[in-house]
Amino acid sequence: MDTLASLADGFVIALTFENLALALIGCALGSIMGALPGLGPANGVAILIPLAFTMGLAPTPALILLTSVYYGCMYGGRISSILLNIPGDEPAMMTCLDGHPMAKKGEAGLALSLSGVASFVGAFFATVGLVLLAPQLVRVALLFGPAEYFALFTLAFATLGGIASTNQAKAAFAAALGLMIAMVGVDTQTGVPRFTLGEVHLYDGIDFLVVIVGLFALSEVLVFLEERHGKADLHEPPKIGRVVPPLSILARCTPTMIRGTVLGFLSGVLPGAGASLGSFISYSLEKRLVDPKGRTFGKGDPRGVAAPEAGNNAAAGGALVPMLALGVPGSGTTAVLLAVLLAMNITPGPLLFQQNPDVVWGLIAALFIGNFMLLIMNIPMVSLFARVLLVPPRILMPVVAMISFVGVYGISGSSFDLIVMVAFGVLGWLLRKVDVPLVPVVLGVLLGNEMEVNLRRAMTISDGDWSTLVGSPLAIGLWTVAFVGFVLPILFGRVLKRRMRRRMDEEGAVID
Amino acid sequence: MLKTLLRSAAIAAGVGLAAPAIAQEAPANPQCIAPANPGGGWDFTCRQVGKTLQDLGIIPTTMQVTNLSGGGGGVAYAEVVNKRDSDDNLIVAASSATTTRLAQGAFPGNTADQVRWVATIGADYGIIGVSGSSDISSLAELFEKVKADPRSIAFAGGSAVGGWDHLKVLLAAQKVGIEDVRTIKYVAFAGGGEAMTQLLAGSVQAFTGDISEAKGFVESGDLKVLAVLAPERLEGWAADFPTAKEEGIDVVGANWRGFYAPGKMSDSAYDFWVGAITKMYATDAWQSVMEANGLAKLNLSGAAFKDFVEKNVDEIQALSRQIGIIR
Repeated sequence: MDTLASLADGFVIALTFENLALALIGCALGSIMGALPGLGPANGVAILIPLAFTMGLAPTPALILLTSVYYGCMYGGRISSILLNIPGDEPAMMTCLDGHPMAKKGEAGLALSLSGVASFVGAFFATVGLVLLAPQLVRVALLFGPAEYFALFTLAFATLGGIASTNQAKAAFAAALGLMIAMVGVDTQTGVPRFTLGEVHLYDGIDFLVVIVGLFALSEVLVFLEERHGKADLHEPPKIGRVVPPLSILARCTPTMIRGTVLGFLSGVLPGAGASLGSFISYSLEKRLVDPKGRTFGKGDPRGVAAPEAGNNAAAGGALVPMLALGVPGSGTTAVLLAVLLAMNITPGPLLFQQNPDVVWGLIAALFIGNFMLLIMNIPMVSLFARVLLVPPRILMPVVAMISFVGVYGISGSSFDLIVMVAFGVLGWLLRKVDVPLVPVVLGVLLGNEMEVNLRRAMTISDGDWSTLVGSPLAIGLWTVAFVGFVLPILFGRVLKRRMRRRMDEEGAVID
Repeated sequence: MLKTLLRSAAIAAGVGLAAPAIAQEAPANPQCIAPANPGGGWDFTCRQVGKTLQDLGIIPTTMQVTNLSGGGGGVAYAEVVNKRDSDDNLIVAASSATTTRLAQGAFPGNTADQVRWVATIGADYGIIGVSGSSDISSLAELFEKVKADPRSIAFAGGSAVGGWDHLKVLLAAQKVGIEDVRTIKYVAFAGGGEAMTQLLAGSVQAFTGDISEAKGFVESGDLKVLAVLAPERLEGWAADFPTAKEEGIDVVGANWRGFYAPGKMSDSAYDFWVGAITKMYATDAWQSVMEANGLAKLNLSGAAFKDFVEKNVDEIQALSRQIGIIR
């Protein structure tokens, strides 16, 4: 009951005109920033910090503005994934897999509204989880040492085969390519630069946003150029379809959303896992569970949209747990939020809930309010968003190219990153030509580094004793799941594969 | 905080009107390069100083802040040295991480004498701590254990191997007479927060970081600070912690924050910037910013700061050579 009373106090704080207006501005700005490729939640929040300071906001309103932007971005990322096959930010990548095929089939409206509902479910229940479980969940985060993190990331890679089911060898090649790209930069465990060619721009490694924008957005432009070069614009706008999801589909997706929410929330809680892992694991396990033979996933299954969207929005709520309760950022965005808290003389940590209850509960109430605002904003605006599809590609594609360049230049202010982005654009185009899926490449870049450093940390701590990797029940559990999810399908998957090949031959790779 | 800041800014601005104007002309387009993404420490240094300078009327216009990230500050350093070597409008945020990387040759082709060091705006002193439930109660005791069996204690820190959090431990280890500091076990994490989590989780035995990272965990009893690596005891909430010096381990580890300027900046512009930062440092407005951000006093400017940087670079170079980071 204490919790409910505190939450009620929080609503009193959040329900002022100023705070509601800030939440509305934050949600709207966040949705736009999330939808633009290259601008993700971390940049979105960082860009608005000076604004919050110049407006002279007190800590609570400032946090309300910034977290509304954060949640808004998590909602917005899906829009460009579905409509353009270009993820608006990295966690929205998995939404491309089924969202874009749905749009191609003329169900863009349904994909957008369903993913909006899934985002809401994920974010709402994650916020409930944050209210009820924050202190207990901190203990979960403390169960994960380097060895357990290594097992977790291995598990993520083990389920990769589930995503790109057409050709395991190509998926493995793509993941290896991603891992290689992740190795570029100064190795933190020895302080030695690797694969940097003496180029100081590469010392920090390659920013995965640059990789994503290049691989997805620019290669899309290149494919368009190649296909339409010299021809008249024969663009026939695809149908948008209905914009309100029918109850039957909502009912069918409900268990999916619940599973996605739980998985996403848990990966959000773990510092160093985050939203990308949340949406990825939600999608691949959902596919394993409801569609192990790859009949509908990847071809526009509504559940393939609901799972990752519930997952990544739940992860955003989950990531606030370690940030508020431990002062440990679980993602780039929470790192920026943490910097804001510190600048406002609020020390996050185990005692934050006691020392600054007004800030914490005001923030949590604002999250609930922001969530409802986003749902209300997103559902009626679906038909507006979907109009992007009516723009002829000869106009749309140059705009996509321009946004990509501006977005990437905006991250680092360095023209070197633009060159890297163009290189990845060409690479993405080549990979599409030979039907190599792009998602495993990005996952390799996103997760590869963490996987490696956690293995090395575990080895340093145990003085090189490999048995530390299976030294806890949690680690053993994670290895078991990885084994069941990865090795068993290879042993028993022959029959399935033969059946699958017949169907897949005409359809090409999943990402296309 | 903002309110008091604004109030003191207003007072200071009033005083500024009465006092004689600053001798040097302020640059027309003051600019600060933050060599990292928005939200980080360097970004904060630029924005907070820019805002305070403008509030105090020391610079007439808004300080333009440019984020130029990459190479741990190396991209910005190379840009300043190669392209903007005589720009009078420009200052660049820096910290101990900058000098550490310069000393280790991690900015290829660049050295500390290619720029002019302006001034510091404060420092975050290093700490070494153990988990609240640990039975180790002093820094000397911790290093006794390391001496007896280096493998028994793993230090966790937020910087890469060879970075400042690592070097602090090694400097202290040298002072207690550990000859081969390479035997000391250091595990690098992505930031002090993650290192702290692993200390609480029991994966590692000791924590090395900055005092500003420790506050919440000390209050909750999760972290026991064994020593602060400061020349004398800190003020405020951290006054209870002994310095390493008190324990007979004479080591100071200051993560300073400050600025450098282009190497061929004119003397009058350089004097302006040194004067501007020094003047700002003395105001109440800046003191409250420092307090809010966990910065302790460190006020070096002009020639004194340059000597400090040179000494810092030499010390890190010697240590890095010993542990094999550089040859």
